[in-house]
Amino acid sequence: MCGIAGLIHRGKSSNVGQELQGMLQALKHRGEDSTGYALYGDTDGQNFIMRFKVGENVGEGSSSVMEDVSVYDERKKIVDSYISQMGAKIVKEERTLPYSLRYEIDYDKGDLLEFSQKIESIPGVEILSMGKSLEVIKDLGNAKTVCDRYNLGDLVGTHAIGHARMATESGVDIKSAHPFWGYPFSDVSVVHNGQLTNYWNNRRILENKGMRFMSECDSELIAVYLAEKMRNGATLEEGMKDSLSGLDGVFTYFVATKNSLGMAKDTMAAKPLVLYESDDLVAMGSEEIAIRSVLPQEIDTYDPFDGEVKVWQI
Amino acid sequence: MANLKTTEKKTKAQSMGLHTEVLTGKTQQKFFNPDEAENFYYWGTYDVDFNKRTELDVNDMDCKEANKKIDELMSQGYGTIVIKNPQGKHSLGVGILNKLNLIFEGSLGYFGVGSIDGPTVRVNGRVGWSCAENMMAGKVVIEKNAGSCFGAAVRGGDLICKGSVGARTGIDQKGGTIIIGGDAGAFTGFMMQRGRIVVLGNVGINLGDSMYDGTIYVGGKIGSYGSDAIESPMTKSDIDWLKRKLKVAEIGENFDVSKMTKVVAGKKLWNYDALEPTEKKGAI
Repeated sequence: MCGIAGLIHRGKSSNVGQELQGMLQALKHRGEDSTGYALYGDTDGQNFIMRFKVGENVGEGSSSVMEDVSVYDERKKIVDSYISQMGAKIVKEERTLPYSLRYEIDYDKGDLLEFSQKIESIPGVEILSMGKSLEVIKDLGNAKTVCDRYNLGDLVGTHAIGHARMATESGVDIKSAHPFWGYPFSDVSVVHNGQLTNYWNNRRILENKGMRFMSECDSELIAVYLAEKMRNGATLEEGMKDSLSGLDGVFTYFVATKNSLGMAKDTMAAKPLVLYESDDLVAMGSEEIAIRSVLPQEIDTYDPFDGEVKVWQI
Repeated sequence: MANLKTTEKKTKAQSMGLHTEVLTGKTQQKFFNPDEAENFYYWGTYDVDFNKRTELDVNDMDCKEANKKIDELMSQGYGTIVIKNPQGKHSLGVGILNKLNLIFEGSLGYFGVGSIDGPTVRVNGRVGWSCAENMMAGKVVIEKNAGSCFGAAVRGGDLICKGSVGARTGIDQKGGTIIIGGDAGAFTGFMMQRGRIVVLGNVGINLGDSMYDGTIYVGGKIGSYGSDAIESPMTKSDIDWLKRKLKVAEIGENFDVSKMTKVVAGKKLWNYDALEPTEKKGAI
């Protein structure tokens, strides 16, 4: 069934890594196949942060095929050379796990489409996120496992969205885990709870328009759908409102950009969402207990109605 | 099983307009004949004293532990139990089958006070999805908002939310009364079969979709009507009943109930199975 959670601090930063971990861990009964974080950290805004993987986690019930670590090393070398060829420079490099890397890149051309296409032309390599604030971290296991594995507890930022996944439509692997990056837009991420029934129709149309899909997870469609709308000049909120009729099925999804956080709920209100809103904090999740992990005191919350779209700025 | 034939004989409830079908043959009334004392024996119930009061902090308990503890307190005769720090936990206060004053100082998660038969419950916070599902009797008052499927399949009693509720309120409702002080979401009264829903605020799309029977009163705007839900004129008995019910529920003081919209089933789908295929098409 999956669980989603998100929060945005307005006018200040906070320890969003730890806060989101608490929210997602409270929802772990909704799915522990994988957990993903989209964290918007405080940065100087100079360099792009690229989170990418050169292989899959093949443990913990994964549906992926095991590969030798030397294959990962080989892929990493090609990534490094392509980055250099694109005129970009790796400023900082972290390899948390053999298959998962974080680069800070000095790249001033700004065309992430060309850059991403080049990097992802390497078989087995996928960019999980790219942006000047966004970092998408996703892996198999529950929220605490992933948080500990990637040391997310200390990350300070303004907002974050996350997802606890029970795999139903596609495999147990990182590529099908949420959040999805709104490729090729800097700092756009999406998490979704529900099922989309016109996935293949929309995918065929969007692929014909040159959009990219990395998995067969129906939720990825939302990120691609919104990215395509924004590419054609729509604002995030306009794209989200359009999705209420363009996407068929049941869904509640969150989308985040560098400065904003939004939610949309399908016209049948079939998927849950509880929302807390104040002047300095918005917190929301599939269940109230997620919000309670950051706001234990008695608070006023509500369920948004069917077909509602809301967007908040930091 | 009740025989749904029309006869001239009407019960008091029918003459008051509470429900329109006339039951003949072996009905529920016979099953619950007060002379048959054994029918009133209820396993798992307790004789409690309302003056015997206690508090229970469930902050460090999971729902199973908390519910077991409530059961234990009832077995000791406590008739008023105050639950502290429910913290949005799921399935608290379920399956209580006797009279009890149960007060939650905080909010509940999903399936709060489900399958109850008799207690009076007050929740000082909000409730999540499917609050009081399958309630047989009693009274539940929610001070703040409620999630979707509020009062799903309730069979009796009064369920009151002073705030707004999500979608599918009173889905599959089989009796009792649901009163909403604020707005209600889409598919309110979806497939309801009996009972009444009162919404003082606005309701979303597909109100009363595929309802079999029962009545929905709406004070505000209606997003759209569902299949086979139709407007019906307000009668004096409707107005009197609404005034009385809202007063007892301590909600909607000074609300002009005479201006509410009354929605009932068109009953074109009611005998759906008996229709010819061509007629089915027309009914839809």
